[in-house]
Amino acid sequence: MMKRSAIAFSAITATMATAGVVQATTLEDVKAKGFVQCGVSQGLPGFSNFDDKGNWTGVDVDVCRAVAAAVFGDATKVKYTPLSAKERFTALQSGEIDVLSRNTTWTQTRDTALGLNFTGVNYYDGQGFMVRKDLGVKSALELSGAAVCTNTGTTTELNLADYFRANSMDYKVVAFEKADEVVAAYDAGRCDVYTTDQSGLYAQRIKLKEPDAHMVLPEVISKEPLGPVTRHGDDEWFDIVKWTLNCMLNSEEMGVTSANVGDMAGSDNPGIKRLLGSEGDAGKNLGLDPGWCEAIVTQVGNYGESFAANLGPETPLKIERGLNALWTQGGIQYAPPIR
Amino acid sequence: MSTNHDISTAPAKPPIWNDPVYRGIFFQVLVLGAVVLFGLYIFNNTAENLERQGIASGFGFMNTTAGFGIITHLVEYTEESSYGRAFLVGLLNTLLVSAVGVVLATLIGLLVGIARLSKNLLVSGIATVYIEVIRNIPLLLQIFFWYFAVLRSVPAPKNSIALLDTFFLNNRGLYSPAPMPQPGFMWIVIALIVAIVGIIIMRNWAHKRQERTGQPFHTFYVSLAILIGLPALAAIITGLPLAWEYPVLKGFNFQGGLVMIPEFVALLLALSIYTGAFIAEIVRAGILSVSHGQTEAASALGLRNNITLRLVVLPQALRVIIPPLTSQYLNLVKNSSLAAAIAYPELVSIFAGTVLNQTGQAVEVILITMGVYLTISLTISLFMNWYNKKMALVER
Ligand SMILES: N[C@@H](CCC(=O)N[C@@H](CS)C(=O)NCC(=O)O)C(=O)O
Repeated sequence: MMKRSAIAFSAITATMATAGVVQATTLEDVKAKGFVQCGVSQGLPGFSNFDDKGNWTGVDVDVCRAVAAAVFGDATKVKYTPLSAKERFTALQSGEIDVLSRNTTWTQTRDTALGLNFTGVNYYDGQGFMVRKDLGVKSALELSGAAVCTNTGTTTELNLADYFRANSMDYKVVAFEKADEVVAAYDAGRCDVYTTDQSGLYAQRIKLKEPDAHMVLPEVISKEPLGPVTRHGDDEWFDIVKWTLNCMLNSEEMGVTSANVGDMAGSDNPGIKRLLGSEGDAGKNLGLDPGWCEAIVTQVGNYGESFAANLGPETPLKIERGLNALWTQGGIQYAPPIR
Repeated sequence: MSTNHDISTAPAKPPIWNDPVYRGIFFQVLVLGAVVLFGLYIFNNTAENLERQGIASGFGFMNTTAGFGIITHLVEYTEESSYGRAFLVGLLNTLLVSAVGVVLATLIGLLVGIARLSKNLLVSGIATVYIEVIRNIPLLLQIFFWYFAVLRSVPAPKNSIALLDTFFLNNRGLYSPAPMPQPGFMWIVIALIVAIVGIIIMRNWAHKRQERTGQPFHTFYVSLAILIGLPALAAIITGLPLAWEYPVLKGFNFQGGLVMIPEFVALLLALSIYTGAFIAEIVRAGILSVSHGQTEAASALGLRNNITLRLVVLPQALRVIIPPLTSQYLNLVKNSSLAAAIAYPELVSIFAGTVLNQTGQAVEVILITMGVYLTISLTISLFMNWYNKKMALVER
């Protein structure tokens, strides 16, 4: 009897000592389960949205699909976890998702104390205000005393407080957990103002009863660099997600599109050769196949294509490239070179 | 026959490892040890994982500046206050909606519970429908229903419904004048405290006297007179040193005065109407548990109806009512956390929501939040157990 319990005891202590040491990397995990678990929003048109055909679409969703294309050569091997702003970081920290691609602002606190790594910026945004046109307000500086609807767990509620304080204005913040509830409450007249990232304002305005009765004020009160996120402690996976985005940007810069990628594979341009894997070790350096970037462009498209299909002038959101144009075209999208 | 024999000559003491007493102790120690080890393991593992991912830990964040606004707060709070202060704001908001909710739910439950036993078919029918409908719709849906019902049925601030130009109702809340105590107001508060102490002494005296002489005393009316009279007297002497701050429409919204926001109203309605339905059933069961013979005996003794209800039926019914009532109160407090959905800033939405998200310190924040709910629940349980003991049958 005593002997048996002694064995049990040492077994327990042994597990205690070894647990936490043997830890598979995210890449191994993802390969073993056969798909990428991607954290997205609960429905933000243009970024991550569950469309009427039952598919997830948007520029953030394209990042998830691109990661799957890089890892598996198959952009469909993604499972999505819709998350509210408040839930997203816990989901990533706890390993419930592999990548968070959900209009998330890169901030110092999140990058450090929250244990997260931002892999780049897939949309340069800034916070704005939306009001009913009949309110007769032309500038955010006229908003003193207003009731403002927004989301909890966002940079938005912090910037809002900063802006009103800096301009010595009063306000009442009504902060909801879910974006749909913010829209519903604003539409029901609970607030004078709706504030979030400008892209979000354009996207959510579509959901209002009379979208044309509302306008976005000219002021942009913050910097909101939105990008995909991984957790601390796995540099290999961090690199993969980072270079997935860089592949999409570099492809656009070099004129490689989903339509011409087949022809481009035969190009003599050494840069394109490295990009598409016929020269150099880009794939090997990431622990992936040489054709990782080719798979991304073929199945998802380059950055410009993804932007045009989800946010551009041809879509209901009608957003110009603006800051998000490549650096060669007057924007600030600038990816480090593949070499 | 043989058993007798066995008892007289007690069996030899078994060896220690076969002794049921020692065995029992041994296994309990073993299980306890395993539980403690498991706890340690979880703790170590968590600490190690947090460390490896470089996630901040510890409780230092409670002193960091919060930086976000909160729509209603019972204590002073600004964006420059700390996360610890935000925690306090959330906690007080939880306690406020829970306390008012418990009172309202009890009143609704009492009324509907009695109504359901009514001999009037219409009254008992309405009570039955209310109970069946409300108990079978998820609370979250009811919260949304009341929220949007409240929002949609009242006008925008510019077209507020005004009463006497002092009370205003619009979709930003119900505004009323705020009392602003002036110097000297303390005397009225002191008078109120004296009145309450006086009432307690008077009741004790009346109780003793009734036990001695059998003479009842009009405790209720005398209490009421003291409670209103003393502070009123103090107010007249000091010249009522109380000013009022009236709400006025400035720009988009009313400024000044007291405001009850729609989120609070909706949550309060939903919680008390929902819990009230469950309490009604408990009240009905309690009343039915007192046998009819008791009522008949009381009226045979010549007791009036309301006295029978108050002194004979209710005290006995309470013994059946209180234990399940306690768990309804606990439910109400815990359900108040559903407020996160409609932006009422209570503990879960402010602390386990916003603060957790801004600091990323999930483990600490959730531990504190669980500790708070546990404390509230245990306090309610202790109080109700005490009350239950007090109400229990005292045999003479
Ligand atoms: N970029 C900001 C705000 C992100 C955010 O959550 N915005 C809301 C409002 S546009 C949203 O995405 N809602 C969509 C959803 O919850 O599904 C942040 O990272 O904190």
